[in-house]
Amino acid sequence: MNKWGNLALVLMLGAGLALSGCGGGNNTGNTGNTGGNTAATNSPASLPETSGTSQDTLILGRGGDSASLDPAIVTDGESLKIAHQVFDSLLEYKPGTSEVQASLADSWEVTPDGLSYTFKLHPGVKFHDGTDFNAEAVVFNFQRWSDPASEYKFEGDSFDYYDSMFGPDGSRVIKEVKAVDESTVQFVLNQPQAPFLQNIAMTTFGIASPAAVKEKKENFKNEPVGTGPFVFKEWKRNDSITLDKNTAYWKEGLPKLNKVIVRSIPDNSARFTALQNGEIDLMEDLSPDDLSTLESSSALSKIERPPFNVAYLGFNFKKKPFDNVKVRQALSYAVNKQEIIDAFFAGQAQAAVNPMPPSLWGYNDSVKDYEYDLDKAKAMLAEAGYPDGLPDPVTLYAMPVSRPYMPDGKKVAEAIQAEWEKIGVKTVIESPEWATYLDDTKAGEKDDIFMLGWTGDNGDPDNFLYTLLDKDAIPGNNRAFYVNEELHTLLTGAQKETDQDKRSELYKQAQEIIKADAPWIPLVHTTPLLAGKANLKGFVPGPTGTEYYSEIYFE
Amino acid sequence: MNSYLIKRVMVLFPVLIGMTLIVFSIIHAIPGDPAETILGQKATEQSKQALRNQLGLDKPWLQQYFNYMGDLVQGDLGTSIRTKTPIAKEIMPYLAATLELTAASMLFATFVGVNAGILSAWRQNSWFDYTAMIIALIGVSMPIFWLGLMEQLLFALKLHWLPSIGRMDQRNPVETLTNLYVLDTILAGRWDQLWTVIKHLILPSIALGTIPMAIIARMTRSSMLEVMNSDYIRTAKAKGMSQFLVVYKHALKNALIPVLTVIGLQTGALLGGAVLTETIFAWPGVGRYIFEAISSRDYPVIQTGILIIAFIFVVINLLVDLLYAAIDPRINYK
Repeated sequence: MNKWGNLALVLMLGAGLALSGCGGGNNTGNTGNTGGNTAATNSPASLPETSGTSQDTLILGRGGDSASLDPAIVTDGESLKIAHQVFDSLLEYKPGTSEVQASLADSWEVTPDGLSYTFKLHPGVKFHDGTDFNAEAVVFNFQRWSDPASEYKFEGDSFDYYDSMFGPDGSRVIKEVKAVDESTVQFVLNQPQAPFLQNIAMTTFGIASPAAVKEKKENFKNEPVGTGPFVFKEWKRNDSITLDKNTAYWKEGLPKLNKVIVRSIPDNSARFTALQNGEIDLMEDLSPDDLSTLESSSALSKIERPPFNVAYLGFNFKKKPFDNVKVRQALSYAVNKQEIIDAFFAGQAQAAVNPMPPSLWGYNDSVKDYEYDLDKAKAMLAEAGYPDGLPDPVTLYAMPVSRPYMPDGKKVAEAIQAEWEKIGVKTVIESPEWATYLDDTKAGEKDDIFMLGWTGDNGDPDNFLYTLLDKDAIPGNNRAFYVNEELHTLLTGAQKETDQDKRSELYKQAQEIIKADAPWIPLVHTTPLLAGKANLKGFVPGPTGTEYYSEIYFE
Repeated sequence: MNSYLIKRVMVLFPVLIGMTLIVFSIIHAIPGDPAETILGQKATEQSKQALRNQLGLDKPWLQQYFNYMGDLVQGDLGTSIRTKTPIAKEIMPYLAATLELTAASMLFATFVGVNAGILSAWRQNSWFDYTAMIIALIGVSMPIFWLGLMEQLLFALKLHWLPSIGRMDQRNPVETLTNLYVLDTILAGRWDQLWTVIKHLILPSIALGTIPMAIIARMTRSSMLEVMNSDYIRTAKAKGMSQFLVVYKHALKNALIPVLTVIGLQTGALLGGAVLTETIFAWPGVGRYIFEAISSRDYPVIQTGILIIAFIFVVINLLVDLLYAAIDPRINYK
């Protein structure tokens, strides 16, 4: 009896252990097929295809999936990242910058009145479906985006970026797009638009194959066809997107990779584990906490995205006493930006002085920030009529979600709360769920001061200053409800001015006005971190969050 | 038996209708402007208004509900706002991924849990019993998130035994047919890939299966102890039957009935509650699908997703009830 019992006991235990993964014998045995994987423990396990020889497939890990693969109907960065590989626009940004350069259009001419742009298109370019790229294709795309009754605007689609960059229906900037001949296309504008070329270069205005749009209809958003370096192959939602090399790509020698697989791995630390384990080659959005691990690994390298964003605290002008400039200035003096950067950004940020990043043209270097000075803050508060600090607690909205410009809003809010406490300003931090948060700050009824941020869409100061602080952006992105007529005149004037030097001057003046009025406390411009295998070369991170994978190769 | 089955299936309808009503009211009570959330900060006011019209958000919610139900009756599960794709078409791969993960987790939980429970009862108050029950206690109170990350750290990062994320090796992809990858690789006869797919399943199914495993172990133990003290077991023992046969043949059958209930309930719970596991292990399942729909206020997806989960849950419970009769002939549904 006992013999049977003991045997059963052993069998059951053994089976249980094997199932629970403790039975390592099986697994180690089978990793043998990785071809003598005796790498040092701190280097990632090399996968069969990658060991030894240089690889030609890139696996990228990112936090979220695309919403759609048709760039015209999306506004989220994750969707645009993929679209950037499949589509080309007439113009593009020089890698790593927000400077415009030729792409599908080789050259362009602008009339002196700024009302007509003529583009010469690159000859001999073909879409992935084999059809020709030409002036007619450009016309087709722009008509599709601008005509609200277009038969190629499918149910539920809206061309938001087109509306926001070139004005909504009824006040369009672009009057007409004409095919002059096979390789020449002319844009006629209703009014001059200074950032026109910057806008045209956006990924969202990538040129789609008219034949594919007509044929695939609604399904085009799942099976995109452009002229880009990579051809769309497969999309497993929330899992991966596979892109193949465009062997007939019109830019010679590109792309260098044979295949790109973009995986969605929502958890930051799991993504980092996957990178260390060799399951992916490149990852986006590294947590500042993982920076030291990354830096100590010789198999991995750190990649920094140029700072092109701003995180800020906005004062709600609808609430007293934040309509008082002295109060706003006083609180501005009482924020220790450097300490916040050291504590919560692992140094991967710089203190913000203006509402736009210093890398953008038109940035005003001579604007002086409100230095951290609690005595001065107290004095200013007294001047404003509050010698003992503010009588009521202030409601401070802190972001409940992690954003590229603000990894942990609540912690930063707590640090600021502690500083303000010292000058007699009590704060209550609130972090409602993100959708509610955006709703509340837009209505401006519940928050006194709110935390928010912005990543630039294109390389134009207009996309920061006008979009976020002009009175036209109420209700909307101007959640401070800040109105300054002089600023409005400057910003709208700058939109119509076509001379970049003159525009630059106007934006510099605008930044001075904004600093004096202090509708915001600009906090930081962050440097988003990526990490990749050390032998991954040719990746140039773009400021707006999209970049070509066509130059990437493995050494 | 058949009439019972028909009766049970008929009961499904009011349950599911009640479910739609509850889900519909709850998600419409969540604050936040869906148009803003769906389209993002960068969308224009005009397109937000257009979306509100399109979704019928400007209509009274009762009317919205009836419109929704009307579509549902006609077999239209709705269209996702975020991806603009019909949900019926979109949800299948997610559902398959979750079913595969749930099945693997429950296989693990049941096999380990039932055997641990039996052995604990059999060797009551032995070192095995104490250890198993302590492990079970830790198991029920283990945060899935933490367990998952620790597994990754140990088995993927330190030991390199198992992959940390995803469902397969993307460098050597599996051709998908049913979206149940284990089945797909078997159908294709790709045994090497079958092994990679199973390796990808191991860590997430342990993370997800640990809590049910612990619950099942405790349930089995107490149920077995009760049965082991009954007269017919004493008789069987007295007749000199081997301990193994007594336990696994005679006692187990009767002890299994309450355990079966727990297994059914746990399977249902895992179906929808796998969000954390799916997030950590980048598993493209239905839990994450619904979770993302919630955070982007994708109403149609939330509604339909929850409804489908509820439907499967009810079906599993029905199956459990039918299994009772198969195990114990004394139970019959007349």
